Amino acid sequence: MIKRHSTLAILVLALAAGCSQQAGEVELLHVSYDPTRELFEAVNTAFLGEYNKQNSPDLTIRQSHGGSASQARSVIDGLEADVVSLPLWSDVDAIRKAGLIDADWEERFPNKSLPYFSTIVFVVREGNPKQVKDWADLVRGDIEVITPSPKTSGNGKLSFLAAWGSVLLRGGSKDDAVKYVTELYKRVPVLDPGARGSTTTFAQKEIGDVHLTWENEAWLEIRESGNKLEIVYPPISIRAEPKVALVDANVKRHNTAKAAEAYLNFLYTPAGQEIVAQNYYRPIQEDVLAKHAQSFPPLELFTIDKIAPGWSEAITEYFEEGAVFDQIYESAVKGK
Amino acid sequence: MADSNRNVLPGFRLSLGFTMLYLGAMVLLPLAACAIKASSLSAGEFWAAVWTPRARAAYGLTIGASLVSAVVDSVLGLLVAWVLVRYEFPGKRLLDSIVDVPFALPTAVAGLVYSSLYVRNGWLGRFLVPLGIEAAYTRLAVVLVLVFIGLPFVVRALQPVLESLEAETEEAAALLGATRWQTFRWVIIPLVLPALVTGFSLSLARALGEYGSVVFVSANKPFQTEIAPMLIVARLESFAYSEATAIAVVLLTMSFALLVVINVLERWSKRHYA
Repeated sequence: MIKRHSTLAILVLALAAGCSQQAGEVELLHVSYDPTRELFEAVNTAFLGEYNKQNSPDLTIRQSHGGSASQARSVIDGLEADVVSLPLWSDVDAIRKAGLIDADWEERFPNKSLPYFSTIVFVVREGNPKQVKDWADLVRGDIEVITPSPKTSGNGKLSFLAAWGSVLLRGGSKDDAVKYVTELYKRVPVLDPGARGSTTTFAQKEIGDVHLTWENEAWLEIRESGNKLEIVYPPISIRAEPKVALVDANVKRHNTAKAAEAYLNFLYTPAGQEIVAQNYYRPIQEDVLAKHAQSFPPLELFTIDKIAPGWSEAITEYFEEGAVFDQIYESAVKGK
Repeated sequence: MADSNRNVLPGFRLSLGFTMLYLGAMVLLPLAACAIKASSLSAGEFWAAVWTPRARAAYGLTIGASLVSAVVDSVLGLLVAWVLVRYEFPGKRLLDSIVDVPFALPTAVAGLVYSSLYVRNGWLGRFLVPLGIEAAYTRLAVVLVLVFIGLPFVVRALQPVLESLEAETEEAAALLGATRWQTFRWVIIPLVLPALVTGFSLSLARALGEYGSVVFVSANKPFQTEIAPMLIVARLESFAYSEATAIAVVLLTMSFALLVVINVLERWSKRHYA
């Protein structure tokens, strides 16, 4: 008797789950990270306007934003994304390792699947009261720095690597780099789990003197604050390379490969590049970049291979359990 | 057996079947999945994942702050429940429903509100910080927000017991010449103790697992203000599923052990005083 009733309950559950699947219009799900919300709203409107004129049935694009690693995790765990755009190569590669993206994904779109790039800059209070100009200034005097935790945030990882590289690429040794980032993270009063949390801590709660963040996020932050904040460009920083990819397993099942490919390719068109630049991401096309030069002052940008063999090695070397970032905190505690 | 006495629920077997299915699917299955995921690690790997110095510091903070907040909640909760049960005053109904707010409020909101109250430019922080009381981004902040989260558990556990206390017992104590303190210590406390222990253990259990509010008020600094659930999130973000669940299993075991100890205490106090 017990058995019969439980079987029935399971059947009902299974039926309910099956019904949610429905056929009809073409729809793409784009899974992306936090700071691209504004960018892809603009991109989608522009792309769909053109695309739906020439194709039927009409295409719609749904967006999902969140912390980069947790977005990648959702896709691995079954979120039906057709395309992903993620800030770290390692996040896309984690989805590949789960078997959802084909091995050659990086070669499928121009410029190694990199439609735009960005960097980490400083945001300071109006008038730059502490006169912060370069990485070395961050560990001077009583300066407080706001940056999210590299353990949970892409922004946090990039900020750490930018600081690390600023020492190594100017001829410092690995020991110098360890010493520098140890000093730096001693001055971080709050390690928020995500990028937007850090922005709130710095801009709204007015904690800290310098905020390390994405260039595009910095521009938005300043606009939002009514010019009570300003950007400082350090002479050197990391080149952040957000990647785009089709989630092959899902587009095959949804039969959306053609639309998804057209969508990502749109980012490389002059119109797409223009939207990218207007949202403060650096376009890869030289002429568009030159046109928006006032938003993108030149600075020396180094790629990840200057400080580690590649992204996966960098993650292991700096952010894994017991790696450099953990050691910094452990030594800080023991030093007390 | 089921036919001999008439029950409200239709059929003993059907209701038991549903109970088993429900508990199995909603409670035991996820817990089992957690244990199975963690068991994909070898004993050495498991140990390496859950017993790093950083993890030990986080367990210490989680358990310590939870205990402190549960104690504070027990004292404050007894007071609040007493006032709500024994006195009549305007606005009592409103006050009574405010007690439930921490149940209903998303804990992230609680965390956000607390941290903006106590920061240097916050309403309370601007007075407290100059006095040297830093109640945002410190261990104190963790305790404060856990007190908030846990309070209704104590109040709601005590209220029915206090309502059933008859004033005659206190009057009798007074007639026999007991002072107020003696009445409190020897008459009231023994009667409410089992309920107080229940409230304590519920608020403790709640605090041990709390994540949403704490990440906003603690600075998440390793070894200092990082709670154990934050470690789980950090491991998940680096795609280390098994290691994350291993830490979850440790937390689960710790809270289960604490709850067992408290249950034993509760039984003992019931036997001893009832």
